[in-house]
Amino acid sequence: MSNVALSADEAAGSGSASRSILSRARSALLGRLVIIVPYLWLLIFFLVPFIIVFKISLSQTAIAMPPYVPALSLDDGIGGLFAQFGEMSFDNYVWLTEDALYFNAYISSIVIAGISTLLTLLVGYPIAYGMARAPSTLRPTLLMLVILPFWTSFLIRVYAWIGILKPEGLLNQFLQGIGVIDDPLLIMNTNTAIYIGIVYSYLPFMILPLYASLEKMDYSLIEAAQDLGCPPISAFWKITFPLSLPGVIAGCMLVFIPAVGEFVIPDLLGGSQTLMIGKTLWNEFFNNRDWPVSSAVAVILLLLLIVPIMIFQAAQARAQEQAR
Amino acid sequence: MNSGWSRFNVTSIVLGFAFLYLPIVLLIIFSFNESKLVTVWGGFSTKWYGSLFNNQGLMDAAWVTARVGVISATVATVLGTLAALTLTRYTRFHGRVLFSGMVFAPLVMPEVVTGLSLLLLFVAIGLDRGFLTVTLAHITFSMCFVAVVVQSRLVTFDRSLEEAAMDLGATPVKTFFQVTLPVIAPAIVSGWMLAFTLSLDDLVIASFASGPGATTLPMKIYSQVRLGVTPEINAACTLMIAVVAVGVIAASLVNKRREIQRQRDEQAAQQG
Repeated sequence: MSNVALSADEAAGSGSASRSILSRARSALLGRLVIIVPYLWLLIFFLVPFIIVFKISLSQTAIAMPPYVPALSLDDGIGGLFAQFGEMSFDNYVWLTEDALYFNAYISSIVIAGISTLLTLLVGYPIAYGMARAPSTLRPTLLMLVILPFWTSFLIRVYAWIGILKPEGLLNQFLQGIGVIDDPLLIMNTNTAIYIGIVYSYLPFMILPLYASLEKMDYSLIEAAQDLGCPPISAFWKITFPLSLPGVIAGCMLVFIPAVGEFVIPDLLGGSQTLMIGKTLWNEFFNNRDWPVSSAVAVILLLLLIVPIMIFQAAQARAQEQAR
Repeated sequence: MNSGWSRFNVTSIVLGFAFLYLPIVLLIIFSFNESKLVTVWGGFSTKWYGSLFNNQGLMDAAWVTARVGVISATVATVLGTLAALTLTRYTRFHGRVLFSGMVFAPLVMPEVVTGLSLLLLFVAIGLDRGFLTVTLAHITFSMCFVAVVVQSRLVTFDRSLEEAAMDLGATPVKTFFQVTLPVIAPAIVSGWMLAFTLSLDDLVIASFASGPGATTLPMKIYSQVRLGVTPEINAACTLMIAVVAVGVIAASLVNKRREIQRQRDEQAAQQG
């Protein structure tokens, strides 16, 4: 079959009816394969795992391997399945509401991610603005320089800050050396260290969408405003900022969403008293080996992130439509 | 004077880049530190690189990471390119909304959630955790990044080129390999590199998906970092940075040369 198709391939161009039907059928099949292969892959390795997470979040903890009593398994047939509905429980979710630890972890994740996002915006905006107004010959190089740190390992970049921030670290040595402070600043293992870590790690995610929207802007608008007597600062707030809003939204979502579930930064830079939900999930899973509760933590984390993810998706879809 | 390249702009760029690069530069400098104390300079030395190569655990982890990276990036590039073709070419099929959701969601999914869900899948289907499961996990999340990169190139692709090829009798397959693929090749190459670095970089998902015997370099570094900062880790990090930097710079040079070549060809075509 495939040999026939191949030889038909060789003689392409003259066009006999039977061959065109054959090749059309083949291209339809190929077209379907193009869709089916990635579709199936994502179904199996992305969607099904989430259903399993949800299922296990409803099951009960057990001392076994795997350490849970399965809910909704088909081992006992349909009748067994119905019996299991009775055993299924929201106990893990009730447990999450009863223990203040989880509630506080969610709240503090959102607060820390929110503050870090604002800080990243404050740091990233002037850089993106400066890049957008740089001579156009310089812009590709600047862009490359922003992207380059993103290629180096996240873990390495967070690790680099430990040597800088710790009490006998480089920052304190420097500040004490020039005589600004007498006692070392205690930044390591505090929330401040987490803010620094998040701002540093996610800065390229903020700068790139901001730059994209600032670069497209028509700067004669600013000149017009200034010619008409508008002071630069109010020209910024009335013209530049509103026009860059799509970039601001995309950048903030790209920082906020992953920052909420961040594990490496709070674990390495934050203190033991710092609660963040990614770290709680990790501890629940690896230290307490409580798979059902960590699944429940994951489900709630996703529910929290659905709104920002949908904002982000809508913004992406809009940008895609405009690009067409 | 409204060039916009004002003192304020220059200052913010200089400070911004200092912030982005200083920590990495310091890390590299202190990998050449003679002293065992990471933050006290004790003279120049490359001894930590020597001890790095004698550290069997780190070397094994580096080898695992390299293999996982190459295999997962290659498979992810094929799957991601197919996904990008699906997203741009097939605008109407059943479950398209679900499909684009599944492509974009992993980009913003918290790593702990992705890692946990994949682990639970592997346990549910009875797959032993190890090399295979890490690779499968890395393929899954990096193919979505490849899809986005390739898709952004496909959106601006001039489809009349393909139509011309098909009108001249080329089959869809031939058209794809002879017309479409060469045009989107730079995007596919950067997609592969992105997938490879994502795999090289990943700690959280690998920690969930991996098992005994398949410890990746980030997992190894992480477990050592928790015990304290050592010059040896600085040396390992410096080497990882060097590998990635060489790759990225080489790729951008190749891209630039292709671009110049293409412009020349176009000019020649116009004159001829």
